[in-house]
Amino acid sequence: MSRYLLNRLAAIIPTIFFVSVIIFALQQLLPGDAATILAGEDQSPEVIAYLRQKMHLDEPFPVRYAYWIAGVAHGDLGESLRIQEPVLGLIVQKLPVTLELAAIAMLIALGIGIPAGIISAVGKDTAWDYAANVIALWGLSTPNFWLGILMILLFSVQLGWLPASGYVSPFEDLQGNLAAMIMPAFVLGNAIAAVLMRHTRSAMLQVLSADYVRTARAKGLDERTVILKHGLRNALTPIITLGALEFGTLLSGAVLTEQVFSIPGFGKLIVDAVFNRDYAVVQGVVLFTSTVYIVLNLLADMAYFLVNPRLRG
Amino acid sequence: MSAVLTPIFMERGATPGQRAWRRLLRRRGAMFGLVIVIFFVVLAVFAPYIAPYDPVATSWSAVRAAPSADYWFGTDEIGRDVLSRVVWGARASLLAGLVSVCISMALGVPVGLLAAYVGGWTDGLISRFTDSMLAVPFLILAIALAAFLGPSLTNAMIAIGVSATPIFIRLTRAQVLAVKVEDFVEAARAVGNPHWRIALRHILPNVLPPLIVQSTLAIAAAVIAEASLSFLGLGQQPPAPSWGSMLNTAKNFVDQAPWMAIWPGLSIFLLVLSFNLLGDGLRDALDPKHK
Repeated sequence: MSRYLLNRLAAIIPTIFFVSVIIFALQQLLPGDAATILAGEDQSPEVIAYLRQKMHLDEPFPVRYAYWIAGVAHGDLGESLRIQEPVLGLIVQKLPVTLELAAIAMLIALGIGIPAGIISAVGKDTAWDYAANVIALWGLSTPNFWLGILMILLFSVQLGWLPASGYVSPFEDLQGNLAAMIMPAFVLGNAIAAVLMRHTRSAMLQVLSADYVRTARAKGLDERTVILKHGLRNALTPIITLGALEFGTLLSGAVLTEQVFSIPGFGKLIVDAVFNRDYAVVQGVVLFTSTVYIVLNLLADMAYFLVNPRLRG
Repeated sequence: MSAVLTPIFMERGATPGQRAWRRLLRRRGAMFGLVIVIFFVVLAVFAPYIAPYDPVATSWSAVRAAPSADYWFGTDEIGRDVLSRVVWGARASLLAGLVSVCISMALGVPVGLLAAYVGGWTDGLISRFTDSMLAVPFLILAIALAAFLGPSLTNAMIAIGVSATPIFIRLTRAQVLAVKVEDFVEAARAVGNPHWRIALRHILPNVLPPLIVQSTLAIAAAVIAEASLSFLGLGQQPPAPSWGSMLNTAKNFVDQAPWMAIWPGLSIFLLVLSFNLLGDGLRDALDPKHK
């Protein structure tokens, strides 16, 4: 058991190394002289020379990478050139907003996706199954920024029930916070609900045809107990681990959702950085996101391993 | 049971491609998808003849005009015809879908083939690299690439294509690993074929079906990704029409001119849905073993 976990743990080191190389190499893509581009509008020779020296731009790529990664290892993701603040500080400042958005979105996705998957599996080939599949296909094919605009049109412009944009801290005004978050969270959760529904459906179909479910039925348990206790409990493991992999979708989606609803989170940070040509922030955010994603995948694998006795040896 | 057996029996004698095509024809969802895709291809190819107005011509006498007999889909914030822009926008979306998937395949298939065929260190290195690229969420990687390359439709296509490459490397590698131990590959080797010939003539054709399915689904993802990048201002640059950038502007006028948001979004949805349906249908038709 510990051997598997150690191997799995060791495997993330080269992955993180390659990710950091890829992200650092992005800088090579800048057309022309990096220092001139990074200096932006302020084109004075002193600024350009300062940047060249500070970022070791005269050194070869491996040396520059070594300087950068040594900083990263000490928690220094660089400094924003526009707002003169450490990148890590900016990330820590924006992260809670996105985490709240993501958490509500995940709750909505679980609340829709799992029941819909169960209904669809239990009623395989019925109208329920068909309807659930159509809804899943809609969820997978709708661009979430369009869904966001449509919801603003309906709930803010037509009905006037919810604010179209903006963000209020839950510590200041919990009701206002929820009112501002519910639409973006639904938009973000929508696509993940579709994915979860498909996973739940296939996991449930597999479990429901297993021998122990037939046994449970044969000994006269009512259908509800069979489906929820004997079926869902066993289907839940693959659903949860596959669900953890949706974290990437969640973050990619947050970038667009936060843009539509003007929410000052992590996604807005990267979009603003892109437009301010604040490349250190872009690199820092991508590196941070990927590392979190890698660690979450590792945790999901470990959870799968721990709850599945057959894998323990 | 007989309903399942009869067609297979009848299909004997046809080539595998013809059999797959017949299976595809029987799937309603896939046919619906195919028809919609063809519809958009026609729109894109014949845009100059179909669009009633010049997509970039402004008209100050018709700013944010509601849909009418003159302007079926209404006009935008500087009086451009929304219908004409939606028609021309099909070009950007389809082009982005096709070109980026071609880039992914051109990079991913040879690398995946190499990894699986050569094995050993090469495979280890390529696989680690692939895992690392997959560790960066797809759209975030595409945004970062597009940001560093500079905003334009071409760069967006490159960014999306490169970001989707690891999926093709992984799929090709897995398929080749399964095929290369088959007897016919062993036979090809035994009669003295060179490695390149075994890889290209004997292995590659046998891993194509899943790649075709994946590329259809990848087009759907690429169309959404291009719309997303354009929505963020990183794709097609104004005034050239693209559905994503139309939605970006529409967002600011949603209370005054909702029609600006409805049609481009509906077009993205329909095109993506169609490629998804077609991909699902192709999977059933080309790979009957897959559940």
